[in-house]
Amino acid sequence: MSKKAVGILIVSHIPEIAEGVAELLKEAAKDVSITYAGGTDDGGVGTSFEKINTAIAKNEADDVFAFYDLGSAKMNLEMAMEMSDKYIRLMDTALVESAYTAAALIQADAELDNILKQLEQLKVK
Amino acid sequence: MLTAETAAAWLHAFAEKINENKAYLSELDSAIGDGDHGSNLARGVQAMEEKLQAGGLETVQDVLKTAAMALIGKVGGASGPLYGSALIAMAKQAGEDEKDVASIVKAGLDGIQKRGKAEKGEKTMVDVWVPVCEALKSGALTKEVIQNAVDGTKEMKATKGRASYLGERSVGHLDPGAVSSGYLFEALLEGGILDE
Repeated sequence: MSKKAVGILIVSHIPEIAEGVAELLKEAAKDVSITYAGGTDDGGVGTSFEKINTAIAKNEADDVFAFYDLGSAKMNLEMAMEMSDKYIRLMDTALVESAYTAAALIQADAELDNILKQLEQLKVK
Repeated sequence: MLTAETAAAWLHAFAEKINENKAYLSELDSAIGDGDHGSNLARGVQAMEEKLQAGGLETVQDVLKTAAMALIGKVGGASGPLYGSALIAMAKQAGEDEKDVASIVKAGLDGIQKRGKAEKGEKTMVDVWVPVCEALKSGALTKEVIQNAVDGTKEMKATKGRASYLGERSVGHLDPGAVSSGYLFEALLEGGILDE
């Protein structure tokens, strides 16, 4: 089955958080391409520019919502975004709630404007 | 004078200071952050040293860019993208004029602020970079200028970075990023790059 045109990227300081949030989202969004990057290159606490690059490249969509946990994840994400050809929408919203909201709405073919409007209410950063 | 050789020596001296003070930096970070600034930077500068020692770097721009990519790839914490962005911007400026150290460091500050969005007074490395840039411009960078800038972060309340989650409780602690930036500029002074 072909994937939706809009994908989701999860970036966390902890591998299990990134993987866990992705797993939660897949419950609601089986046709949405969801990729994630968690932890440093050696699996420690932090974020990895390389892992984020790979997760962006692996995402099947060219338009991707990106959700992250803490500030340094955002900085690494921004650097990766600058080097990617994909359109990445960096969201300063509550990680779990907003990623789930986006996943469910993309799966339901909601319009992008509506998705963005709903996410706006979950802005915490 | 800044050349490919002295730039590499500068970064090497910075790496040595990071390694010597790895535990101290992490201890400072434990008080107001996540306790990994020393170990993260040590991992980064080790990767940087390996790349720089591989050789074949003929310009200041090459040296700074190579260092940037190593730090971005290996640090893991916020200091990776911040020092990485600083060095990328510095490399770019060095491509314009590799003798103008003041402009190169100012470009680095701009790179940090573009990435981290911090302003002066928010208890971050910016509080060291700003006075250092001003002193470099007037040819008056000394160890005291650097030390005063680093010490000045102690009484600030963090409003950017991980320490900002602590609010008032961040007061009374030195900012680890300010301290490590202090090492970078001490290494610059000690390397004789600013001597004509």
